Formats: sequence, C-alpha cells, structure tokens
Amino acid sequence: MNKNQKNWIDITSGVNVLKCMRCGKCSATCPSYDEMEYHPHQFVYMVEKGDIEPLLNSKSLYKCLTCFACVERCPRGVEPAKVVEAVRLTAVRQQGNNHLIPDMIPDMLDDDLPQQAIVTAFRKYTK
Amino acid sequence: MQRIGVFVCHCGTNIAATVDVKAVAEALGHEAGVVISQDYQYMCSESGQDLVKNAIKEHNLTGVVVCSCSPRMHENTFRKAAASAGLNPYLVEIANIREQCSWIHKDIASATDKAIVLGKAAVAKVHLNAPLTAGESPVVKRALVIGGGIAGIQTALDIAEAGFEVDIVEKEPTIGGKMAQIDKTFPTLDCAACILTPKMVEAAQNEKITIHSFSEVADVKGFVGNFTVTIKKKARFVDETKCTGCGLCTEKCPMKKVPNEFNMGLDNRTAVYIPFAQAVPKVATIDPNYCLMLKNGKCGVCSKVCTAGAIDYKQTDKMIEQKYGAIVVATGFNPIKPDKYDEFAYSYCPDVVTSLELERLMNAAGPNGGTLLRPSDKTHPHTIVFVQCVGSRCDDEKGKPYCSKICCMYTAKHAMLIREKYPDTEVYVFYIDVRTPGKNFDEFYRRAVEQYNVHYIKGMVGKVTPKADGKIDVQASDLLANEQLHINADMVVLATAIEPDKTARPLATMLTTQMDTNDFFTEAHPKLRPVESATAGIFLSGACQGPKDIPETVAQASAAAAKAIGLLCKNSITCNPCVAHSDELMCNGCSACEKVCPYGAITYQDKEFRMPDRSTAIRRVASVNPAVCQGCGACTVACPSGAMDLNGFSNSQIMAEVDAICK
Repeated sequence: MNKNQKNWIDITSGVNVLKCMRCGKCSATCPSYDEMEYHPHQFVYMVEKGDIEPLLNSKSLYKCLTCFACVERCPRGVEPAKVVEAVRLTAVRQQGNNHLIPDMIPDMLDDDLPQQAIVTAFRKYTK
Repeated sequence: MQRIGVFVCHCGTNIAATVDVKAVAEALGHEAGVVISQDYQYMCSESGQDLVKNAIKEHNLTGVVVCSCSPRMHENTFRKAAASAGLNPYLVEIANIREQCSWIHKDIASATDKAIVLGKAAVAKVHLNAPLTAGESPVVKRALVIGGGIAGIQTALDIAEAGFEVDIVEKEPTIGGKMAQIDKTFPTLDCAACILTPKMVEAAQNEKITIHSFSEVADVKGFVGNFTVTIKKKARFVDETKCTGCGLCTEKCPMKKVPNEFNMGLDNRTAVYIPFAQAVPKVATIDPNYCLMLKNGKCGVCSKVCTAGAIDYKQTDKMIEQKYGAIVVATGFNPIKPDKYDEFAYSYCPDVVTSLELERLMNAAGPNGGTLLRPSDKTHPHTIVFVQCVGSRCDDEKGKPYCSKICCMYTAKHAMLIREKYPDTEVYVFYIDVRTPGKNFDEFYRRAVEQYNVHYIKGMVGKVTPKADGKIDVQASDLLANEQLHINADMVVLATAIEPDKTARPLATMLTTQMDTNDFFTEAHPKLRPVESATAGIFLSGACQGPKDIPETVAQASAAAAKAIGLLCKNSITCNPCVAHSDELMCNGCSACEKVCPYGAITYQDKEFRMPDRSTAIRRVASVNPAVCQGCGACTVACPSGAMDLNGFSNSQIMAEVDAICK
C-alpha cells in the first residue's frame, strides 16, 4: 500500500471512501460498466485499501464518462466519479506527459462536439 | 456553624488510578466547616454507606459531600443513606470526580488538583443547601393511549386488564393501524388479520376501554398524574351511536371513484365508506372531499337508504375534554413514498410498487382478491425483482440514515409466499446486507433461499426502465460475480424506508417530550428506561420510538402499559422538590420565564400587594406549579430581575461554586 498516494487521492478527490457501505449501486448505475476492467465500486474499495497501482495502470481510468450517475445515486454520498477523477489526475501527473495536445484537436472536431467537451478533455488529459 | 463531612471514593481503580484520593481527602479536610474527611474503596457499598451514616450521627453533620461518580449514578443512594441517619437528603452534594475527572484525564497530578477543586466547589455549595421536603400530587386513575394500531391496542388492553379506564384516540375511522393492512406475518406466516382482529374486537368490547376513532389530540395541559387533554372528534357525518355498520350506504353511494387508502390507492372506494370488513368501530364515515351532498348539496342517497337514520350531514367537529394520569404515545410509522428516486421509476411505472402495496395486492381482501396481478395490465407476473434499502441507510436528504429493520424479513416473506403460490415465478432479491437478528429470523431467510430458491443477489439496483413491450429492464450489480446484470422483469417491489407518522412532531410539542432528528420519540434512557419519555407520565409504545417489528412492538406496548399501571396504582406521587419559585416582590411580570418554560409550569396571576405608601396595587406576577416544574432552571436564567430561583440549585449556590473554583 502506498500511503502517500492514498493520502493524495483522498485529498484531491475530497471523498471519504470510508462512507461506502458496499451496496454497489454505483456499478449498478454505470453506463460504461462493460468497458471497464475496474468498476466504480472497485475504485472506491481499492482506494480504501490503498491498492492504487493497478488502478493507475488500468485503461478503466479513461473509460469513465464522468457522467456522475454514480454520484447522483450513491445513497451514502461517496461520489465515486470524483475518486476516479483523482486517480486519473494522479496518473496524468505521474506520467508527465500530455495525453492531449492542441495539435490533435482539429482531427477530432465534428459539428456535434460541444466546445465544453474540448475544455473538459484538456482539463482531464493535459498536464 | 456548619459541620460538613467529606467522603472520597476510590471506585476501585476507576478514580484511584488517576486521582490521588488520599490527597483529595486531606486537602478537603482543611476547608472551612469540614469536620471529617475520609476516603474509602467503594463508598456506594454497604460498608461505605455505613461510614457516611455513622459520621452523620457521630459528628452531628449538617451537610455531606461525596466525591464519587456522576450524581445520575448514586446521588439517590447517598440521599437515602443520609435520610436513614436523620439528615435531610437534600443536604447531600455529589462532586463528580469520575466521569468529569478521572476518566477523562491521564496525568495524576493535574487530575488530583481538579478533583480537589471540584470537591471545594461542592463544599462551598453545601454550605448554602437548605433542607427540602418533597410535595405530593394526586393521580387521576385513567390513561390515554394515542394511536390505535397494534401498539396502542396492546397497551390499552393491558392497562384495562389491570382495572384502569383507558381511552384510545385514533385519527383514522378504524383502529388496527398498519398491521390491519398486512397480509401474513413473519416468521410464522400466520395471517395478520386473524391475530389482529380478535384484539380489535376485544378492545371494543372491554368496558374499561373507550375508543375515540376519527379523533385527534388537540391540546394537552397539566403534568404527570393530572393531564387535561382536549380531544377533537372529527365530523364523520354519521351518528356513531345509531350506525349499525350494515354497509347499505356504501353499496348505494353513487360516488365510487375515491382512491381507497386502505388498499394504498390501488382500487377505489365510495365517498361514504367503512375502511374494511372487520373495522372497529364498524361505523360508516363520509369523506367530505368527495361526497356530492356535502360538496354540492345534491344527492342524499345514503341518508335515504339508511334504516337507522344515522346519516347527519350537519355534524361538526366536537371537542371533548378529559383528565388522565398517564399518557402512552403509540403513533406508529408510515413507509416513505419513493417518488424522489427517479432511477426506480416508481412515479411513472404502475408495475413498480412498494412493499406495502404488494401486501394489498396479495391480500385476499385486496384489490385483486388475493391473486397477484400486475397493476398495469392485470396479468400474472413471471419475474419479480425486490430492491432492498430504498431510502434506508441513506446519507442524503432523499432518504433516512437509519436501518428500517423490518424490510429484510418482510421481503423474505414476500419472496417465499410468491414462490409458494406461483412456483413458475422467478424472484430476485437485491440486498446490501441481510439483517435477521430475531428469534427464528435467520432460519426463515435461509428457508427462502434453500427451500424456495429465491435468488438473493448481493448488490443494488441502479436503474429501472419500463420498456415498450410492458416489461421492465432492471439494471443492477452483482458484486460477488463482479457483473452488471440486466433482468427482464414484470414487476419491481421497493422495500421503502419507514418514518414516524407526521402527527408525531406536533404531538411531541404538545406533550413537551423529546424527539430525535428523525422525529422518533426519545426514550428516557436508551438501555434502562426504554419505554418512558424524559417527561414524567408520558410513555412510548411501538414504532413511534424507532423501527420495530410486530413482536417487538407488542413487547414494548406491554412494557409501556406496565409503566403506566405502576403510575396509576399510586394514589399520589412524590414531586421533585428541586423546583423553581418566584419571589413575587421582585417579579416584574415580564413573561420571560413563561416563554422559556418547556413544561408550561409557569402561569401569571394578578395579585394584590400592599405598597410602601399603604395603598394597595394589583401586580401581575409569575407563579410556578411545583408539580409541573421539572427543575431545568431555564426560567432562572431568563428572568431579568432575579426573581426566579431554583431550590437546591439557587443562584447563590451556583455563584458559591464558581467562586470556589476560581479562587
């Protein structure tokens, strides 16, 4: 268990993972469930245990849509999406690489893409 | 000259491990007025008490200070000891050097210093103690039970059994409460109506019990042993004394489209109605919101068909006043409406029902005569999903933070009954934990799994989506398999949280009893006084105090009855002499004390006073009813002129303590 990493995720997410009562409603409600290797309830539980390394190396980090359905429906107010976001930020900062650079944007653009999505993508994937 | 004895207790090692008790006894021995100062291992033991008693006689003590545990624990013990040695019991003071000193400190030196200071404060106070005598007040030999569910009925039957008059006030047209709506009861699966309705009849036939149905408590005045309660008998537009309950009016009433609350709105009733066949009292009631005669003045069919001439469209609410010695609260619970949870589709999909609705759907007296059919198309459901903890154990504003306690068991019951009656139906139960502490409870749940093959899945339902073909897609997680499931269901049943009845909070205000943040009544002590409220003479029965199943409710109902009987047996009760009193010469009649008094003990009266110039003047002054006052002291703080003072805790005594501590 990496204590520093766990503390960092606790602080940046602002989530108290100990509030989780292990009902699994976050994973029950998740639209990306089948895309993910680690599911929302596992993010919360593995962060609680300090078992963060596997999460950092998992593609699941980038499958979360940040739709906040899990946050909306969690009966305990745990906010799993914020935990996923905090792990994602840790990964981005660790790698020291930008996952999205402005030059990549023009190819991705189409008429239906809201500008908000581009801003959000920069926030998530750029150091 | 005061002659004070100080007794310092070791409490085994509870105090002695952190406080140097010998040093405390030595230091307090030098205080003014102290003639003897001793320490002993267990002051509350018989030999410890003898030490106190002998010292009182030997040294002719005028005051006693015991440095020991909290006064809540042993103040009474030492007061009794003092009284038996001939000293007024209110000349005993306790310095709490355990809970407020030894238990919370680690350093011996500073804990010892603090214990000495606490002892000095108690010595300073006891200098000003005055002997007090407890008064007496008579007890009215009649009890009031508020709420006529199984809790209220059981309490009333037990009190009546002991020979006392009891009145039940029930806000609905019939007694019976929630249990009357339930089909079968766990863990024995006996029919609820079969065991409840005989008790309802027994209550109705008992000559000691008066049932005020369709009535509410409007006002409560008075105090333990002597409450005056105003009961509002709501107009039911039917003369209770004439109605025979034949039901002809309900058959002929043309207004047949009224949602039937007894069947959870799953079918309709008429505007004039008897809630169910076994209702007690079996008397019709007219619903003024729907009755054509009361709304438009046109109809009058029920009046024409009633052979007893019981219909009275001109009836109005009636107030009756009655005196009681004890009041038992049995206001019960309601399931919450799950319409705030959009993910469960309850508000727009008729085939998503609550558990209590399912009870009615399965009940022989229910809307489908006991055949389980989907509310939407009246077809037989083949796949049913149960969702546990809907609104229970929630940390948000939509739900309740507590476990509703009964849902695990009734869901196992529902699942089992459905599998028994319709073996072709697949039943899934999504659970977070299965909580079955109770006699034969876990065995019951295991039977549902092992014998009836109910699919228990550890996980929660995340989304319920009604589909175009009438089926319902249930998206849920199976935590043990680490899968997200989709179940093609016909019906979804939500085990909704339960909450106290809405009438409980205004009632608590009238009764000056305490409630917790969830509006459950607070018991006087969570372990040792579970059926008494903190207000003397008010007792708690059933789910109004916290979620409970039927066996627990009945047990608590009988316990509350026993406490009420204990009170009613007395001809008079001893009052607490540590009550407030007002100095009429200093009182300026400002009403500040009356406003803060939580017990309604203070009244104002106009009194004639002789003025210095020999004239007489009428002044408005406060007076305290010592039988109602609980000695909380709020008035003494609120009083701007210093007229209010509390016996045993007078302003001068408190100041003496503060001075001793600050010296």
